[in-house]
Amino acid sequence: MKHIFSAFLRDEPRVLTRVTSLFARRGYNIDSLSVGATETKGISRMTFISEAPEGMADQIQRQLEKLEDVLKVINHAHEKFVDRELVLVKVRVTPENRLEIRQIAEDFRARNVDVGRQSYVFEVTGDEGKISAFIEQMRPFGIVETMRTGRVALTRGSNADMPSQVYFDGESQALEHPLTGVAND
Amino acid sequence: MTGSQALLKTLEAHGVRHMFGHPGGAIMPIYDAIYDSPIQHILVRHEQGGGHAAEGYARVTGGLGVCLATSGPGATNLVTALADAMLDSLPILAITGNVATTLLGTDAFQEADITGITMPITKHNFLIRSADDVSKVVAEAIRIALSGRPGPVLVDIPKDVQQAQTDAPIVQPKPKAARLEPKEKDILEALELMKNAKKPVLILGGGACDASEAAYQFAKTSGMPVITTLMGLGNFPASDKQWLGMPGMHGSVAANRAISQCDVLIGVGMRFDDRVTGKTSRFAKNAKIIHIDLDSAEHSKLIPAYLPILADSAAALEALAAKISKLETPEWWANLEDWKARKPKRDEWGAASAIKTISNALTSDDIVVSDVGQHQMLTAQEHPFEHPRLWLNSGGAGTMGFCLPAAMGASIATGKRVIGIAGDGSSQMTIQELATLRKYDIPVKFAIINNGYLGMVRQWQEMFHDKRYSEVYLEDSNPDFAILASAYRIPGFTASTAAELEVAIKAWLSADGPAVLEVRVPNEHSVFPMVPAGKGLDEMLDDDPKNAQPEKIAVSR
Ligand SMILES: Cc1ncc(C[n+]2csc(CCOP(=O)(O)OP(=O)(O)O)c2C)c(N)n1
Repeated sequence: MKHIFSAFLRDEPRVLTRVTSLFARRGYNIDSLSVGATETKGISRMTFISEAPEGMADQIQRQLEKLEDVLKVINHAHEKFVDRELVLVKVRVTPENRLEIRQIAEDFRARNVDVGRQSYVFEVTGDEGKISAFIEQMRPFGIVETMRTGRVALTRGSNADMPSQVYFDGESQALEHPLTGVAND
Repeated sequence: MTGSQALLKTLEAHGVRHMFGHPGGAIMPIYDAIYDSPIQHILVRHEQGGGHAAEGYARVTGGLGVCLATSGPGATNLVTALADAMLDSLPILAITGNVATTLLGTDAFQEADITGITMPITKHNFLIRSADDVSKVVAEAIRIALSGRPGPVLVDIPKDVQQAQTDAPIVQPKPKAARLEPKEKDILEALELMKNAKKPVLILGGGACDASEAAYQFAKTSGMPVITTLMGLGNFPASDKQWLGMPGMHGSVAANRAISQCDVLIGVGMRFDDRVTGKTSRFAKNAKIIHIDLDSAEHSKLIPAYLPILADSAAALEALAAKISKLETPEWWANLEDWKARKPKRDEWGAASAIKTISNALTSDDIVVSDVGQHQMLTAQEHPFEHPRLWLNSGGAGTMGFCLPAAMGASIATGKRVIGIAGDGSSQMTIQELATLRKYDIPVKFAIINNGYLGMVRQWQEMFHDKRYSEVYLEDSNPDFAILASAYRIPGFTASTAAELEVAIKAWLSADGPAVLEVRVPNEHSVFPMVPAGKGLDEMLDDDPKNAQPEKIAVSR
C-alpha cells in the first residue's frame, strides 16, 4: 500500500542526508520526496511517499522520529488530506497538432510556460490522477522531458499537523532547538 | 577562554572525571588544554581501545564514557567502538579533532568526513563551526547520549575552533528528564493477560539493567519464571530458583523451551535480536507478547507485540509489581524444573571447565568482561551473574577485541579489579592495551582461553561446512601469552591442566595490578546448547550430537 507521510525537520546540517541514509539503510522504498521551508523559521516540512506494508509504514514513522532533528512524522493514511504535485512537461509540437495540444492543455488547466517553435512546456498542478492523465494524453505527441516536484500534502480541516500551541505560539519553548543560534554548515 | 578550554570546562561541569584518548595533529589544542585540566586522561595505544574503554566505563557506571581521537585515521579508528556502543545502547561521547574549517572539504592532510562516516552508527553527531558553540553543543551531545535509550554521540571539532577565543558561558547539565511512566490502561491490560496465563515467562534485556529491583519484586510476587538475555545477565540473580538462564542461540534448554511453549511472554528492555529469537516465525508461537520498551521503534520491529507498552523498564515493572498477585502455575513449573535439569555434558578438561574454574574463584561482586567467540558464550553460560552492570560483553556487534579495553575502562571507573576472559584470537585484536594497563597499573585480570583456533568459526565449519577448517588455525603462530605479558612487564601465568589452573588462578588473582593468564585447552571443543542459524528455538540441539541424540522440543508438547 502507498503511504503518504509528512515529516517536520529542524533545518540542521545534513538533516536530509540523515533522513535519506536511514531510508537506504533500512531498505525503505521512497517513491517521491519533497522538502520546503515552513512558516516557522528553522523548521522544514517534508512530504514523502512510500510503498510499504502497514508494519513497515509504522517502522518508517518511528525510526524517522528517532532522529534527533526530526520533530514529528505523520502518516496521512490515517486521516483525510489534500495533496498536490506540480509537473513541467515539454511536448514536441508540429504545425499540424499545436491546436489540439493547446486544447487538451486547456482542459487540464495546464499553463503554457514556454512556447518554442518545436516544443511547448506546460505547467500542470493537481493530484496524482490528474497528472498521470495529462501525461498520458500528451504521450502520443512525443514528450521530450518532464520534471515533477513530488507530491506535497496537508491534512484537511482546521487542525494543524503540528499542534498549534507548539507550532504557532511564539512564546512556547517546546519547539525551540536546544542549539538555537548555533552556526550552521 | 579557547574552544578547547570551553570543551574541558563543559565536561567538568557535567561531572566527567576520566577520558580515554590518543593525540594527533588536529586535536593538539585540546591536548594542550588537557595538560591543565583536572579530568584524568588515559592514554590508550589505539583509538578503538579508547572507544571500548569508554564503553566499559559507561556500562558499569550507567553514566557517560568519553573518548577522544585526532582527525582522519584517529577518528576512523573509533568507528568500530561507536558501532558497538550503538548496538548495545551505551552512552558515549566521542570527541574528534578535525582539520581547520577553511580546509574542510579539500581532502586536506588527515581529513576524514567523520560526521558523515558515523551518521548511521551514532545516535547523533555534530560538527562545530565556532568556538562560541562548543559548550552548548557538547552539553547537548551529552544530554542526547544519556537520555531515553542511550547511545553514542560524536562531536567533531575543527582545529581552528579549538584554538579560537570565546566568552560564551559554560553550559551546565540539564536536569534529567522525568522517566517515562506507563499508561494505566496498558498496565491493567497486561495484568489481565497475566492473570489468565497458564505458562507465563518474563524476559529481561540489557534495557532492564536499572530495573532489576522492580523486576525482582515482580517476579517474587507473581512467581513467574525469569529469563535474562545475553545483555541482561545479572538483572535477575542467577542463584534464584526462578531463573531459567539465557535465551537464544547458545541459551539454556529451559529458557528456549519456556519461550517456545509459553502463552504469555513479557519482554522488558529487550529488542528481540535474531540471536535471541532464532527463526522469528517459530518464536513464542503460542504466546501473547507484552513488550515493554521506551523505544517505540522496537515495538513490533521483528516480533509483533500483542501489547506494546511504551515506558521506562523500571516504571512499568514497578506498576506491574504493585498490582500483580501470585500466579498458580504448578504444571508449568513442573515442566520448567525438568528442563532446568537438562544441561549439556562438559568435558572434564576444556574451555567450559576452565571458565567454570575461573568463575568459582571469583566473588559475586566481581566485574566480568568477555571478548567474542566460544569463550564469551561459555562465560555467559557458566558464570552466575547476581547483580546488574557487572557483566560486559559485545552483544549486539560481537566485536572481537572488546574485552581488554572494556575491562580497562570498567576498572578505571570503579577502581576495582576486573576480570577479562578472552580467546586467543580476539585478545590479539587489541592486545596493545596491555601497555595501558601497565602505564596506569590498572588491575585487569586478563585470561586468555587458548584453543589454538578461531573457535567459534571453527565450530561452524565443523558443523555446517564438513569440517573444512578454512583459515581458522592460530596455534602455529600464537605468541606465548605469558611471555608477551612479561614483555609489557605484566606478570603472566600459564596453565594446561585442571590442576595447573587451580594453582595459576591463585597467583594470577593475587598479583598486584594487571596480570595475564593463558589457559591452554583442547582444540576442538564446541559450545552447546545451540540453535543452528536459521532454525527455531524449538529446534535447538541440547548437547553436542556426539554426546547425545538431539531431542525435539515438540515431544513434550
Ligand atoms: C572484529 C571481528 N572479526 C571477526 C569476527 C567473527 N568471529 C566471531 S567469533 C570468532 C572467533 C573468535 O576466536 P577466539 O577469540 O579465539 O575465541 P574462541 O571462539 O576460540 O573462544 C570470529 C573470527 C568478529 N566477531 N569480530
